[in-house]
Amino acid sequence: MTTVTREQHGLRTGTMAQALNTALRDAMRADASVHVLGEDVGALGGVFRITDGLTAEFGADRCLDTPLAEAGILGTAVGMAMYGLRPVVEMQFDAFAYPALEQLFSHVAKMRNRTAGKLPLPITVRVPYGGGIGGVEHHSDASEAYYAHTPGLHVVTPATVADAYGLLRESIASDDPVVFLEPKRLYWGKSEWDPAAGVEPIGKAVLRRPGTSAVLISYGPSLPVCLEAAEAAKAEGWDLAVLDLRSLVPFDEATACEVVRSLGRAVVVHEATGFGGAGAEIAARLTEKCFHHLAAPVLRVTGFDIPYPPPMLEHHHLPGVDRILDAVARLQWEE
Amino acid sequence: MTVLDHRDQADPDLVPGWLPGATAPRTDPAPLLPDAEPLRVLGTPAADKADPGLLRELYRRLVAGRRYNQQATTLTKQGRLAVYPASTGQEACQIAAALALREDDWLFPSYRDTLAVVARGVDPLQALTLLRGNAHTGYDPRATRTAPLCTPLATQVPHAVGLAHAARLAGDDTVALALLGDGGTSEGDFHEGLNFAAVLHAPVVFLVQNNGYAISVPLTRQSAAPTLAHKAVGYGMPGRLVDGNDAAAVHQVLTEAVERARNGGGPTLVEALTYRVEAHTNADDATRYRQADEVAAWQAHDPIRLLADALRERDLLDDQLVAEAAEEAEALAARMRAEFHADPDLDPMSLFAHVYAEPTQQLREQAAQLAAELAAEAEVHTR
Repeated sequence: MTTVTREQHGLRTGTMAQALNTALRDAMRADASVHVLGEDVGALGGVFRITDGLTAEFGADRCLDTPLAEAGILGTAVGMAMYGLRPVVEMQFDAFAYPALEQLFSHVAKMRNRTAGKLPLPITVRVPYGGGIGGVEHHSDASEAYYAHTPGLHVVTPATVADAYGLLRESIASDDPVVFLEPKRLYWGKSEWDPAAGVEPIGKAVLRRPGTSAVLISYGPSLPVCLEAAEAAKAEGWDLAVLDLRSLVPFDEATACEVVRSLGRAVVVHEATGFGGAGAEIAARLTEKCFHHLAAPVLRVTGFDIPYPPPMLEHHHLPGVDRILDAVARLQWEE
Repeated sequence: MTVLDHRDQADPDLVPGWLPGATAPRTDPAPLLPDAEPLRVLGTPAADKADPGLLRELYRRLVAGRRYNQQATTLTKQGRLAVYPASTGQEACQIAAALALREDDWLFPSYRDTLAVVARGVDPLQALTLLRGNAHTGYDPRATRTAPLCTPLATQVPHAVGLAHAARLAGDDTVALALLGDGGTSEGDFHEGLNFAAVLHAPVVFLVQNNGYAISVPLTRQSAAPTLAHKAVGYGMPGRLVDGNDAAAVHQVLTEAVERARNGGGPTLVEALTYRVEAHTNADDATRYRQADEVAAWQAHDPIRLLADALRERDLLDDQLVAEAAEEAEALAARMRAEFHADPDLDPMSLFAHVYAEPTQQLREQAAQLAAELAAEAEVHTR
């Protein structure tokens, strides 16, 4: 009897950063129109090494070190896409993407609509986002609400290594522009995954943990915190489900409603500030659509409505297990 | 390399605007390294040497363009166009520049550049849907290789660079031409676009139509540079200054820049000196910020008159050409009136058609909501 190794099964153990790098490499191998551009993406391989080795394999034209100007990078990508290329732009950090917002909002998001479908822009904008890595100011923003509020953009954010690969491949293949938000604090978490296995498509939420008491609805960097909270909740007698949205646009309302209707209690968790955040939209929609199934108001656990704090204080801002469990405790269990 | 520091001499209030008829185009308080000096072709007798066929075509198109501007402005007063930023006085810049392109080149216009768009072969009425208000872009940008009219200033500049860069990577000899105004040169995207173009050695040409005003703000409040063409020097590309009301000169300078880009010579920045004879749009009142004698000086330097004079000097302007050009212009104006006096066909459900390749579930629900509202409205009307 011969032993089949895990590698022969296609399984591998790796970090999210490695999975993203593999996704870029595989996309560039599969399609010559895929071009990567950004700051330090060449010889350095990006400050997070997500583009490591791409210039060596594909050349400096396919993985282009650009001048230091985010609007120029994204604007140039628009023109490249107009000529038939499929650009993948790296924004170095969440808050460094803001100079490119005009290009993103006024052109990338709208070009398909402005041209009645004649000029779709298949651009992927990769943005390392969120806190929890000890970054000094302007390096830790959870900026997803800005993007999700803009019609024409898909907003995707993986929480697992397998999703990092699968969702990035799908984003690059999409004919619509995608803002691909990479949770920085999950970059180095390892897990076993199989690139060939495939993942659920963009727009499909996935139940990461079944439960019978209530559901925690989250995405990206807060998803592992929710899983940790669900584990801790067992001691309190709660069996919490955890739903990973995976994309804010499209928002998988059908799956979210199905889970909420069956459990009657829900908490939306994200680290971005709460006011006008994605959680507000999700909680409102769930309330509108599932009102008669709810045993308690849909609650939100979010970062405070403050500028991102200095790294030595950030743990007070980021939603943790205790704050999530406090919210679960407020889901009107006695009534 | 010697770096000359003349900053102490630079007083924005003392940099005179260029006026037609001035003996020196503009004083230059910051002399540049000799090989970096922008080439001035002001007063170049380009028309003396230009192809007669080209000059006659320019004349026809300028006359039609002037009439188009007049008719579109009239249509705004009749409520038939939502807004119209007239390019009266700038016809030579726009038309001669567009004619310097090959069919497979790309044009990246800003909102005042409908005449350049029409000169690319876009239907004159389709070029106006944005300003009529019935559709953002009425033409197919890919088929016409003409980007949508761009409203956010200078944001189209990096698009032209990216397209030109992609064309070069593909081994095509396509060139991109970006049009913008003097105000647009203050925007960050102008700087980033020109810098990228020079670094990437992209086959792109930037034409700044310096018409003297960004809505109400004169050039002296926009830039302290000796000329806008001087900005090219800092990016490491050639700058060219041309009389934007001299159609033959614009065509010559643009043709040289386009061919230079096509042949691997990289980008060029061209500043065309012209004047916005009308207000910013029909909603603007230019008498609040400029003097009538300034307008009159520029009207004496009118691009159609200059071209007609040049044609006459070479005995190329006969009564037949004048009559034909006037007839074509009137026919165009009549077509505009006929089209725009009728209400456009509008399909409210098209609002949801091109947000994404496939509408999201939420958009499908919202489309159903609008369809129900329309059905209810229709029922009220039939009752």
